[in-house]
Amino acid sequence: MSEYPGGPLILGIETSCDETGVGIVAGHRLLADAVASSVTEHARFGGVVPEVASRAHLEAMVPTVHRACAEAGVTPSDVDAIAVTAGPGLTGALLVGVAAAKAYALALGKPLYGVNHLAAHVAVDILEHGPLPQPAVALLVSGGHSSLLRVDDITGSITPLGSTIDDAAGEAFDKVARVLGLPFPGGPHIDRLACAGSAEAIAFPRGLTGPRDAPYNFSFSGLKSAVARWVERLERDGSPVPVADVAASFQEAVVDVLTAKAVRACRETGMEHLILGGGVAANSRLRALAETRAAANGLLLRVPRPGLCTDNGAMVAALGSLLVDAGVPASSEELGADSTLPVTLVSVPA
Amino acid sequence: MLVLALDTATPTVVVGVVDIDPPAESGWYGLGARATRSVPSGNRHAETLGALIPAVLHESGIRMAELAAVVVGLGPGPFTGLRVGVMTAAALADALGVPAYGVCTHDAIATMHEALAGSVPDGTTVPAEGFTVVTDARRKECYWADYNSSGIRISGPHVERPADVVARPDWRRNGLVIGDSVFSEALETEVVPAGPDPMGLVLAARGLTAGERPGPLEPLYLRRPDAQPPSARKLVTPR
Ligand SMILES: [Zn+2]
Repeated sequence: MSEYPGGPLILGIETSCDETGVGIVAGHRLLADAVASSVTEHARFGGVVPEVASRAHLEAMVPTVHRACAEAGVTPSDVDAIAVTAGPGLTGALLVGVAAAKAYALALGKPLYGVNHLAAHVAVDILEHGPLPQPAVALLVSGGHSSLLRVDDITGSITPLGSTIDDAAGEAFDKVARVLGLPFPGGPHIDRLACAGSAEAIAFPRGLTGPRDAPYNFSFSGLKSAVARWVERLERDGSPVPVADVAASFQEAVVDVLTAKAVRACRETGMEHLILGGGVAANSRLRALAETRAAANGLLLRVPRPGLCTDNGAMVAALGSLLVDAGVPASSEELGADSTLPVTLVSVPA
Repeated sequence: MLVLALDTATPTVVVGVVDIDPPAESGWYGLGARATRSVPSGNRHAETLGALIPAVLHESGIRMAELAAVVVGLGPGPFTGLRVGVMTAAALADALGVPAYGVCTHDAIATMHEALAGSVPDGTTVPAEGFTVVTDARRKECYWADYNSSGIRISGPHVERPADVVARPDWRRNGLVIGDSVFSEALETEVVPAGPDPMGLVLAARGLTAGERPGPLEPLYLRRPDAQPPSARKLVTPR
């Protein structure tokens, strides 16, 4: 074991989508969080192009590892273990990270942990707020996923409560941004515009909130179409589109459903703790409304800072560190990537 | 000096440890293969490669730290599998602090064929007009390159449908074609089976034997990513 105060020194690698992330932690302490994003290369396509992302990961990997090591003041041979996202995500992109992690682990003679991306989004909060409260409900929202999880033990016992049945929340932000003529990715633009608009201006629908609907599942596809129809009607009439009001009202519809269902999940499962994660958890309105509703319902809310909500290597390293502490066996040298890795598999077994 | 050579540009994962200055009596073309593996692995290159590297090191009786360089095939090859090999080579070399040399996978196949023709009495020959190397590019296309009789690339690598290759004015009708024999019918000629191997990869890494600094490891993709910028926004309201 390394001499670093705090716990095992873990290097984490994340390549499930368009961010090449390399993070280094010592136990619960964040030492480095280097991210190279290919997002600008995807902007003109209006969405992440898997092959473009994969090519960018290959180019960025070694320089990003160097950057992380320099930031942490360590060399790769100092680390106790290497963790890598094994899924879910884009297969070709995941495989670049898995190949790199495996090669570093082999060359340095260190154990390798193939970990679940969703669990890593939950685990990352230890770097900011210390040990995870368990059991807890976790709401994970991003461009690729929207799920409610029951986390009894982050290193091995996660139960999915519900997830989106169509678009992910972040995907809805991207699509609505396109309708409003905003660049990809849409989340930050809508967040900014919404500050100047009224969330009550337009009553957009709240998907799957009827009494007979699945209580913990989400649906954002109908909302996205409703926004498009509303905007198109004004455009056809030659009326100006109140972009800020549309952004604010759309955003409110999304975060209202997300927070209402998360709070309900906590109440019905008897949990006192709610953890937020994923790129959409960087949204200022989601953070604010989650805060308000958690307080109103006597829940303790944990949300990492926005930079740790989006995809990064530190979250993978954080989960790796918890797995090492829990004595979970490392993955085998035949580790692959699984684009649909279920959240019930926190780490890929030996 | 021990070199790890690997290639994932074809459906077969190839890994080996090669000694580039072996004892004189055991060498072949100045090389000695300590251990090599070629394993057909379809879409499981990452899984396969991870197990094969420790296996060849174990069989060679050496530790990782004894490797002095890494050589990797840069393709052309189907992207996802190809990147597994290139990323593995780059990260291994980085972790070990040794240089990584990239070679065109077709060059490795051609160089090996030419070397065998000059040294093994098994009927392997190189015609005076040279030969062609062909590998699978999927999507009903092939990667191909032309070589002279010394095994030096004079054209390619290209990516084309076999019918378009055969229709080219410079296509060597009835010439020697080596590589993936699945293309025998489409190219209207017998494709003599041949693939990359660790010795061929090291032989083709001329910068390594010449003691030059390696260039960047850039895969030979030959195709652009499939992606079109979106056209005008699709309306959801019927007109
Ligand atoms: Zn994510």
